[in-house]
Amino acid sequence: MLLSMTGIEKSFGGVPALRGAGIEIAPGEVHALIGQNGAGKSTLIKILTGVYRRDGGEISFAGHPSEVLSPREAQEAGIATIYQELNLVPLRSVTENVVMGYEPKAFGMLINWREAHRRTREILARFDIDIDVTAPLGSFSTAIQQLVAIARAVSLDAQMVIMDEPTSSLDAKEVEILFGVIRELKSQGVAVLYVSHFLDELFEICDRVTVMRDGQTITTRQLSETTKLDMIADMLGRNPDEVAAEGMTEFGGAAAKRGPVRLHAEGVATGPRLKRFDLTLHEGEIVGLGGLLGSGRTEAARALFGVDATQSGSIEIEGAPIRLEGPAEAISAGMGFLAEDRKAEGIIPDMSVRENLTLALLPKLASGGQIDFGREREIVERFIRTLGIKTADMDQPIRELSGGNQQKVLLARWLATEPEILILDEPTRGVDVGAKREIQAFVRDYVKKGFSVVLISSEFEEIVEGADRIIVMHEGRSVGELTNPGVTENMLVSALAQHGEGGAEWTRQ
Amino acid sequence: MDQTVSIEKPPARLGSRIHGGLLALVLLLVFNALVTPNFLQLQTLFVNISQVATIAIVAMGMTLVIATGGIDLSVGAVMALAGALAPLIFLSEFGVAYPALGVAVAFILPLIVAGFCGLFNGAMVAVLGIQPIIATLILFISGRGIAQVLTNGNLQTFSNPAFSYLGTGKILGLPFQGWLALAIACVLFLTITRTTWGRYLLAVGGNERAAFLSGGPVRRVKIGAYVICAVLSGLAGLIVVAINSASDAARNGNLMELDAIAAAVVGGALLQGGRAPIFGAILGAIIIQLVKYTLLANGVEDEVALIAKALIIVAAVWIQQRRKA
Ligand SMILES: Nc1ncnc2c1ncn2[C@@H]1O[C@H](COP(=O)(O)OP(=O)(O)OP(=O)(O)O)[C@@H](O)[C@H]1O
Ligand SMILES: [Mg+2]
Repeated sequence: MLLSMTGIEKSFGGVPALRGAGIEIAPGEVHALIGQNGAGKSTLIKILTGVYRRDGGEISFAGHPSEVLSPREAQEAGIATIYQELNLVPLRSVTENVVMGYEPKAFGMLINWREAHRRTREILARFDIDIDVTAPLGSFSTAIQQLVAIARAVSLDAQMVIMDEPTSSLDAKEVEILFGVIRELKSQGVAVLYVSHFLDELFEICDRVTVMRDGQTITTRQLSETTKLDMIADMLGRNPDEVAAEGMTEFGGAAAKRGPVRLHAEGVATGPRLKRFDLTLHEGEIVGLGGLLGSGRTEAARALFGVDATQSGSIEIEGAPIRLEGPAEAISAGMGFLAEDRKAEGIIPDMSVRENLTLALLPKLASGGQIDFGREREIVERFIRTLGIKTADMDQPIRELSGGNQQKVLLARWLATEPEILILDEPTRGVDVGAKREIQAFVRDYVKKGFSVVLISSEFEEIVEGADRIIVMHEGRSVGELTNPGVTENMLVSALAQHGEGGAEWTRQ
Repeated sequence: MDQTVSIEKPPARLGSRIHGGLLALVLLLVFNALVTPNFLQLQTLFVNISQVATIAIVAMGMTLVIATGGIDLSVGAVMALAGALAPLIFLSEFGVAYPALGVAVAFILPLIVAGFCGLFNGAMVAVLGIQPIIATLILFISGRGIAQVLTNGNLQTFSNPAFSYLGTGKILGLPFQGWLALAIACVLFLTITRTTWGRYLLAVGGNERAAFLSGGPVRRVKIGAYVICAVLSGLAGLIVVAINSASDAARNGNLMELDAIAAAVVGGALLQGGRAPIFGAILGAIIIQLVKYTLLANGVEDEVALIAKALIIVAAVWIQQRRKA
């Protein structure tokens, strides 16, 4: 075995996160690690890489007991990691982010930038990425940032590469590229530990899977001998037949009785990334924006919410033209916008779950500037219960929550304001299968009450099954429309392929 | 509404940081009691309280600015400016003709001017997007210059008991400005923990983009922090003038930015923003003042005392970074 962890214990402030967890990984194996939100996957990884100190248990790596004390040491021992929350520096160039800590030196001390840029381009080329490596990383989309993080880790000559939800912000084409790289790593004898909530993709790429539940590792199975249903049953600790009876998806497109027009956008342009966007949104309807990376979906959402100023075009709400000067106005006009980048644009890490959850609701929670704490607690309690947010208590800092649970808090932040128009950019990113279903059902119930939702998702399945109508976007333009029922993933893919030769474009935002 | 649950409980981490500060305080007190002559006398206490109060008042304002992820270098200059204005007003013809009104205006007008300084700083940072260090450097340099021009570079002495009460008055035997600092701390604490403005302040410092996208009034919050900081600095400037019965534009508030930043950071403010420990700032001010006093009382040179202060800032920031890692 390349890696063996046994009996790992870890608690945070008395609350156990890992209780005798363990995992074994062979050289050249692609090993999946799955479990519900808060099961302890990221914690197990962080113990291996020295981010956290373990309270008990044994780790051996490459035949030696491992006493790694810092991520840097782990890297030097041959373990490269892409953490769930990207640890990159958005203001620095792509090159700086890729070579950080391992810069090529000229004369032993000065950084040789020409060599660094060349090496970076070469590393990125393996991922089919051709971008300006001198531009700040933050100017590229989340997906590209994710790929850059992966490229960096892969470039470090590791014996084992750990990927904590690497595909959560990638679309189908990028996932294929990533899988290509993983297969190449495997053929070189590098082991990959792969955490994901997309159970289907595991079959394509993984050899074995270890399932975690409540801080324990429940079982390890060969993927060739297991089914999605078995895995879900293991994750939930329930009987497979029961799970099967309940079905897997919950969105149910075209369930809507749609009402009068609530929002109408025509010819909206905000710059080179959004050139012409048309949208008609009715009451009680979910409209999906379908498209590839760089097609302008996120930009369209930002334009609607008044984040980016419109250069031309018009937006009407309830028939009245409106010009929004920023999010605060959009919120008071009855809109909400769940942004795609959880860490950069969502959570306020040091604030509590409660304060994060009520941030957008704050104006309505106060009278004369004074916060009504009683009502605040009541609302927060309700959402923690209905969304099943796993937190020690509502005053726990949000950064201590698992990724999926942070996502649920952010979703609750917007649901709490009860916006008439709710824009969801990747609402189920990083949440587990069960919770995803619940969230989808929640959103469906929400529109049934007459509210309207704009849904963006890089998962075609979510859009195809979830939206009543789909606006097809390409290169900053809305170019077509598909109407449920009856839309299939293939229809969406071919609608996208019609425009542009099947190409995601790696242009800057 | 349930009033009893509404006081925020401070996060546990903050608790441990304050304990570090308290420990330093106890060590300083014990050391002084043993070594410094006449330390355990009432007079010493009074001298120290009046010094601590000015540092604490400025440090609380600085804490708000630091909570937004900013910094204000102009506090000392604003002190000098406000301090120079006050005697000019009550010594003017108008002030002499209407003494009561003159003193009232001498309190209020300098604070308004200070407020405008804060507005200037805040607008530079929040509207024009200039780096806080650079933005506040402008008034850091020019503010004291203006104060000196106003007073022709002279030391202005005066005798005005009503105005001097601010610096020499006592309530229940303790200096008035000590009570004032305490009252300000309570108001600010309640503002930060109980109002939307306070919540937004911490949100902006914690993650500005997230706060903005959630509808937070980012500009208003930032400008507000700089304005409050400047008004408090102006108040501190008035106190110094009142204590001395003299206004010296060249020395009033000189190097106060160093003391205030040190006190705020020792008190637990994070330079990257998102935290506003108001009572921590007072503790920090006490520690800074005691270090100064200890060194002076034991005959250590002023210059060396400066180095000691710089070391305190470095140490506090270093400890913060390690805690974070
Ligand atoms: N630094 C921390 N402080 C306190 N509790 C923590 C901390 N890190 C993790 N936890 C807790 O440990 C548990 C496991 O979290 P972990 O992040 O490992 O979950 P996960 O399996 O990766 O979930 P997800 O799928 O949502 O990413 C959670 O209940 C979480 O709240
Ligand atoms: Mg995780």
